[in-house]
Amino acid sequence: MRRAFSHRVRFRPPARRAVIDINACIGQYPYRHVPHPDPDVLVRVLAREGLSGAWVGHLPSAFHRDPSAGNDVLFAALEAHADRLRAVPCIRPDWPNWERAFASCVDRRVPAIRAYPPQWGLGADDASMRALAAACGAAGVALVLTARFEDLRQRHWMDQAGDLAAAAIRNVARGNTRTRIVVCAAGRGTIEETHWGLTPEERELVFWDISWIWGPPEDELAMLFRTIGAQRFVYGTAWPLRLTQTPRANLALLPDDVAGAALADPSAW
Amino acid sequence: MTPAAAPLAGPGPLIDVHAHFFFADCGRAEWDSLNRARFRAGDRIGITYHVASILGSWGRWSPTYFASPADTTLGNDAMQAIATHHEDCVRWYVAVNPNDTRHALAEIDRRVEGGAIGVKLAAARRADDPLLDPIAERAGAGGLPILHHIWQHRRRHWPSQDASDGVDLARLAARHPTVSFILAHIGGGGDYAHTFAAVRDVPNVYLDLSGSGVDRGMLDDAYAAVGAHRLLWGADITLCTGLAKLWALEVIGLTSDELADVRWRNASRIFPPGAFPPTSPPRRD
Repeated sequence: MRRAFSHRVRFRPPARRAVIDINACIGQYPYRHVPHPDPDVLVRVLAREGLSGAWVGHLPSAFHRDPSAGNDVLFAALEAHADRLRAVPCIRPDWPNWERAFASCVDRRVPAIRAYPPQWGLGADDASMRALAAACGAAGVALVLTARFEDLRQRHWMDQAGDLAAAAIRNVARGNTRTRIVVCAAGRGTIEETHWGLTPEERELVFWDISWIWGPPEDELAMLFRTIGAQRFVYGTAWPLRLTQTPRANLALLPDDVAGAALADPSAW
Repeated sequence: MTPAAAPLAGPGPLIDVHAHFFFADCGRAEWDSLNRARFRAGDRIGITYHVASILGSWGRWSPTYFASPADTTLGNDAMQAIATHHEDCVRWYVAVNPNDTRHALAEIDRRVEGGAIGVKLAAARRADDPLLDPIAERAGAGGLPILHHIWQHRRRHWPSQDASDGVDLARLAARHPTVSFILAHIGGGGDYAHTFAAVRDVPNVYLDLSGSGVDRGMLDDAYAAVGAHRLLWGADITLCTGLAKLWALEVIGLTSDELADVRWRNASRIFPPGAFPPTSPPRRD
């Protein structure tokens, strides 16, 4: 039986417009060595991959209690590459006077704010995360969440944070009327549990990067394009942790009916 | 071939040493579309040969990693039928459960007659268990490589399998130095860095690059540990990550000769002679 899909994907030639990577970081990862996670290398990788720029976070900050110092490092490190790399600092909303740090970041014209609820021990219904989401909307910046950094099967025994739960994403997305929420490195299950657990209006503000969604033979990316629409997705690589070639390969292997589908364009936000 | 249809992985032979297929009795209603998707993506990537196995009924009638003799036979029947139907681009492993030695050896003998070119062992017994010795001996006698399912660094018990790691497989490989062992999916879960240390000095263990894991540094470290002559390309059940790794191999410093080793020449060397004749582009029906 033919399935009825809510979204018909328009046929388009392969995209030639500028594409940015919204899921990149600089800095080392605490649980394994990562080769040269430096901004100048990232700029070269983006050029090789045909990407016009990246939203860049500071990887170690996800594991720090207070991310303030990491934000300073991030801003300083990206200064020389401001034409390609845009800093996405990290704000911890359960920290005293976080609003001051948030305002300082917004003043620097950042496109988005990163937050890591599992790494900070914030539960799925945490009120401070809703406050941060609201502040992002009021300031006109996106909120970037990360579902995971590594495959669950390979985690270091000290890495007990767990994946970002779909419930935690719904927590910030429900009732949201103006904040764009970008979730990195989620898989099909988390995406579907969130998307279909929101109203149509709430869904329109949630975006997913394609760095961790499977292609053929399961063809989960194609299925999600058909069911919830390619415009709900953005380009992300998870550099420096994962191969930047992966999302490019995934798009190249899409079946004909969804090949060339246009993703959302965060550079226009 | 028109430029638009040029293989995404570039010209030249390409052998996927770790593929799987499904069949009507395996309990997945979409079995046929999964197989078609593999062929579609394989053609797009430029895979010359899928070397595949089917593990029993994929859990429908007995557990995937502890398949009953009847299920093992059922899966091998299905695999043989697919390979026969797609002779142009499919080669196959006979899958066996080492707990039933007599059945396992009989399956190997019968399926080699039917065209199998390797043996697939999963996780019904640890790799260093003596029950694997007669299977390794039979594989050695027939010049068949053994593809062994591996959990990279087994630090605890994982449900539904008696998984082995690189250390376990290295012990088996040391007992059978003339047999080629393919250590499955370094990107398939666990700590691959432990695996590289475990097999670096075991020359008859080859690393299969398949699995969903695409960590930066993994390919570089595998290459540094065992060299290009002991790496084999494969995709397992995520062809997108397989293609990404092929593209990544091109930028981490392998020479074109070394790339050819990983893409197909190493496989040609360890599988029986004549297993992979040169082909023209496949036709699908």
